[in-house]
Amino acid sequence: MPRLVSHPDEVKIISRRFGQGAENLDKYLELDGYKATQLALEKGADWIIAEMKASGLRGRGGAGFPTGMKWSFVPKQSDRPKYVLVNGDESEPGTCKDHLIFLHDPHAVIEGTIIAGLAIGAKMGFIYLRGEYRYLLKIMEKAVADAYARGFLGKNIFGSGVDFDVVTQTGAGAYEVGEESALMESLEGKRGVPRIKPPFPAVVGLYGGPTVINNAETIATVPHILLMGGEPYAKIGSERNGGTRLFGISGHVERPGVYELPMGYNLKKAIYEVAGGVRGGRGLKAVVPGGSSTPVLRPEEIDVGLDFDQMGKAGTMLGSGGIVVIDDQTCIVEFALRTIAFYQHESCGWCIPCREGTDWLKKTIGRVHAGGGVDKDLDNIRYLAENMMGRTFCPLGDAAAMPTLGFIKKFRSEFEDHLNGKPCPYARHEELVGA
Amino acid sequence: MSTPATTIFSPETAARFDRLVTLYPVRRSALIPMLLYAQDEVGYISDEVVKEVAQRIGITELDVRNVLSYYSMLRTKPAGKYNIQVCTNISCMLRGGYEILEHCKQRLGIGHKEVTPDGQFSLEEVECIGACCWAPAIQVNYDFYDELTPEKMDAVLEEYKTGRGKETR
Repeated sequence: MPRLVSHPDEVKIISRRFGQGAENLDKYLELDGYKATQLALEKGADWIIAEMKASGLRGRGGAGFPTGMKWSFVPKQSDRPKYVLVNGDESEPGTCKDHLIFLHDPHAVIEGTIIAGLAIGAKMGFIYLRGEYRYLLKIMEKAVADAYARGFLGKNIFGSGVDFDVVTQTGAGAYEVGEESALMESLEGKRGVPRIKPPFPAVVGLYGGPTVINNAETIATVPHILLMGGEPYAKIGSERNGGTRLFGISGHVERPGVYELPMGYNLKKAIYEVAGGVRGGRGLKAVVPGGSSTPVLRPEEIDVGLDFDQMGKAGTMLGSGGIVVIDDQTCIVEFALRTIAFYQHESCGWCIPCREGTDWLKKTIGRVHAGGGVDKDLDNIRYLAENMMGRTFCPLGDAAAMPTLGFIKKFRSEFEDHLNGKPCPYARHEELVGA
Repeated sequence: MSTPATTIFSPETAARFDRLVTLYPVRRSALIPMLLYAQDEVGYISDEVVKEVAQRIGITELDVRNVLSYYSMLRTKPAGKYNIQVCTNISCMLRGGYEILEHCKQRLGIGHKEVTPDGQFSLEEVECIGACCWAPAIQVNYDFYDELTPEKMDAVLEEYKTGRGKETR
């Protein structure tokens, strides 16, 4: 069972029901459950979207797109049915926040789905969980069944005259399916290859209908925003970055865990105070701040606020909020190799720059780590990665290239220390190929 | 596109499939869950599974195989009764994921994607399973075990050897 953590600096909004037994519907109702849905039914779509815009909530999947704005892009009139699609295909290495939401607060996901549906005029929502999350799917399925049994889902929900259905769905192992267009393909029963944009899902999405796709954490935040009000929520965060976020701090820290911190919270403080600092009193070498695809930061760069804009200014991204802390006894080349091995494994092969780029990056970085690298390999790695950027249907190519460029730019001397037959100074694993 | 006269699945699974195809605007949306549940019952995606699933959805066997080859959890050969999936991705790697993998290799006497001779266990090195903050983590079929050490790993293996392990389906 995933261990829950706590720290005084946390502001518990999304996580406030964690560990309270809220997967039980009666308990959930005691904890203000389904009040937001009833409020939304009473006040209507324009009010919901206005509150969401006021909240400053930005997509928690990683791109940080303003949720209220995303919802407002869905055309009011549509010949085809509209859909809400909740992305719970959580697969970005370093990220395990949705895991806790599904485990501890499944009804919040259902409520958020209904509210998103009310906002855009959809009658059906899908909650897609990665295939590995079977025990969480069972929790979600039970929550959905309980909600139907009480009339919170189905025909005439809460006696409002509005119908809304929710279907849970399971994947079967594919990082790529976390990309929104690949997610729709997967839900349509196909290989998870991305679609070209435009058209954007808000116009042509699932089954050809206008579709809003939100990360599970984004969706689970929605009912809280409606209950507390968009503006008060926005005030908790930093400028243009409303509210709080679940930050997963993993790797070499004393107290790894998922902490809910206000947006804009200082990264250095998050590592040293909230998560207790580097394990065993060791030095810090590097931080991957927002899941494996975000460019690495050096120790002197981590005095920065955890929001989309400040992280962008620092040359990296807030991403999925998965902070991976690396101590000074870790080989960065090995870390870079494990990262690219992942992307090589997960590239769906649809776009050649990504399929070939990830493969050659893995081979070249692997050769460097094994001591067989030559001087020009480092420029080749950089050249390859730079030429993947922006040349693929979906962001997986960028997600592989960006961290690679970061490692080679910020830790070039460590790569050089492996060249021309020199053994890895940190050698631990004879062979490292990735899954 | 029909319910087959005879089925290779148990009555419960067949009933689940009858319902699954009605949940979505198109039948085909049931394909991926159906393959995963079929695998849970049969052990792998056999030719017979492909045939019946294709018939139930109303698509060709080739369509099914096209999808099947994309998803890493779906397999066309049997795994062990208990498939040990060890995450070695970054967060787990930093906290000993490779040590856990090595330990399992030695204890079970098998390598990546191999099955023990008695068919009880198989071993797989897998990508991130979403348990980064509780690393190193593994899954035995669908059940998670986290914050592992080689000693704790031994205890997990022992539970399954003696038939006391969890079995979420």
